[in-house]
Amino acid sequence: MVNLEKTALELIESPRKPPVLVRVKNAKKYFKLKKGIFSKNQQYVKAVDKVSFEIFKGETFGLVGESGSGKSTLGRVVIGLHEADEGEIYFEENEITALNKREFQKVRKEMQIIFQDPSGSLNPRMKVQELISEPFDVYTKMTKKEKEEKVATLLEKVGLGVEKKLSYPHELSGGQRQRVCIARAIALNPKFILADEAVSALDVSVQAQVINLLKDLQKELGLTYLFIAHGLNVVRYISDRVGVMYLGQLVEVAETEELFDHPLHPYSAALLSTNPVADPRKRKEKVVLKGEIPSPANPPAGCRFHTRCPIAQEICKTKVPDLVEIQEGRQVACHFPLLTNSKEETE
Amino acid sequence: MSNPAANNTDLNQVRVSANIKKSTAWTRLKKNKAAFSALIFLVLIHLLIFVGPFIWTVNPDATNPAGMLQGITASHPLGTDDLGRDVLARMMKGGQITLLVGFGAMFFTVLIGGLVGMLAGYYGKWVDIILMRFTEAMLSIPNFFLALVALTVFGKSPLMVVLVIAFTSWMEIARVVYGETLKWKESEFVEASEALGSSSVRTLYKHIFPQIIPSIIVSSTLGIAWAILTESAISYLGLGIQPPTATWGNMLQNAQQYIWTTPMLGVLPGVAIALVVLAYNFLGDGLRDALDPKHRGGK
Repeated sequence: MVNLEKTALELIESPRKPPVLVRVKNAKKYFKLKKGIFSKNQQYVKAVDKVSFEIFKGETFGLVGESGSGKSTLGRVVIGLHEADEGEIYFEENEITALNKREFQKVRKEMQIIFQDPSGSLNPRMKVQELISEPFDVYTKMTKKEKEEKVATLLEKVGLGVEKKLSYPHELSGGQRQRVCIARAIALNPKFILADEAVSALDVSVQAQVINLLKDLQKELGLTYLFIAHGLNVVRYISDRVGVMYLGQLVEVAETEELFDHPLHPYSAALLSTNPVADPRKRKEKVVLKGEIPSPANPPAGCRFHTRCPIAQEICKTKVPDLVEIQEGRQVACHFPLLTNSKEETE
Repeated sequence: MSNPAANNTDLNQVRVSANIKKSTAWTRLKKNKAAFSALIFLVLIHLLIFVGPFIWTVNPDATNPAGMLQGITASHPLGTDDLGRDVLARMMKGGQITLLVGFGAMFFTVLIGGLVGMLAGYYGKWVDIILMRFTEAMLSIPNFFLALVALTVFGKSPLMVVLVIAFTSWMEIARVVYGETLKWKESEFVEASEALGSSSVRTLYKHIFPQIIPSIIVSSTLGIAWAILTESAISYLGLGIQPPTATWGNMLQNAQQYIWTTPMLGVLPGVAIALVVLAYNFLGDGLRDALDPKHRGGK
């Protein structure tokens, strides 16, 4: 069922790009706020507001932004854990937003999630054996013996001893628990994994181990990751491309090194400048933003960032900047991208 | 946060730590003197009631007009009642019925309350609205009088008594289970299971239900006490299980005419009911603390 027209179009559009695995088009997700008895209007939290981007096969797409910027919601919309209110999501060029429940169940096997808190995402009353074989219970009719063999291989793959299958989650360390979560996620040989702050709850040394494990598995199994994190160094290390989110919108998408080298959106610049670098000689000037992130229930008109932007002009207050490709593989949603700034930054 | 056993790689050590963890609820219960003595008392009284009749084989329903209202004698250690029946045998037989009614009513109470609470909590929306409003409506009716009316209408067989008690007392458990389900529904492992593609029935059964079991155990222990008390009260009013089948409740009713002449007839079933109910309440409170250490204030 190949859509010829679309494939052709894609070829013309991006001759050198690898094939697209996930394509998000104008995705919107609003959450209803509780309405007071006397208020007339229903208010919405605009968690994800008209976001479009693509994830290529085999890459790691990092998603960064402040808390409350809608990163996690976007991730959940992509894998169908939240239903998008508007917009389309394509997985391998199939529109999954148009599928009914039963059809979606088949696609769901291909998309798995690793959560932030490994102790919260594992049922405390199940042993590792049961936890890892749960995907098989849901999707296959394997015998007990087959499942045990599978669990043993999976445990080995994520670097845990087979004897751990008899443990309960509370008997494992944080890193070991996250390895169990990873084993669960890769059990069904998915193509796409959403890692939602997957290493944020772990301490730094363990973070590195888990990230390297994720990288190894990516190579071995040809996985594609959507990696959500607020630790910028982690994102820089693992991601091929990075998207920056602010108040429910993508403000910049770029290849990792280019973004970290010279961010084009003033928000990206501010966000990246707060990132501590492990080199005392490198003194960067921090861009300190004024004020708090505005409420996503009532975002500013025009460019959403204009209330805090150091270079905002009149036009920013009225006209919404679109996310446009201004360089090869770089998309920015800003009226005044920091094109000149790049030289000062790189000394 | 992290368990001291977390870094053990040795299989045996992991096993040992699992055993330690398993025994903590039990050790906490053992430390609670009231609950633990209640448990011992309940074990003994259940042994007496259910094993006793095999040793003391006097027929509890055999009347003896020549030996009415006797005091303590060798052949009747607890005396006889107004029809010359052996009180010890009747206490054991009556205890069996009373406790079985208690267990049976508790079983149906937990079944109805658990199902209503879990379905309402998990599915939310209109299921929640219908079930929980119904629960609240049931709570607003004085359930003892509802039980009396139902028994008058539907008859007084032991099974009917069980069902009537269950249908008038499931609401408390439904509310407890409802609250717990709401809490666990938001947990990440439930979301993880949904992300995996589990069906809602599977999620409910495999992930939410096991978390609620401790609350259900506590509620059902307290529920037994309530059911015994209700059964006794209903039988005392003459609307419960009918003579000659003995229960502690109808023995009590029977005894009230002889309260001045043979007080033992009333005191024995009365004290038995009070002690068993008290013991179940102590045990229930103890279990609540033992199964959920957070209830004790600190962690």
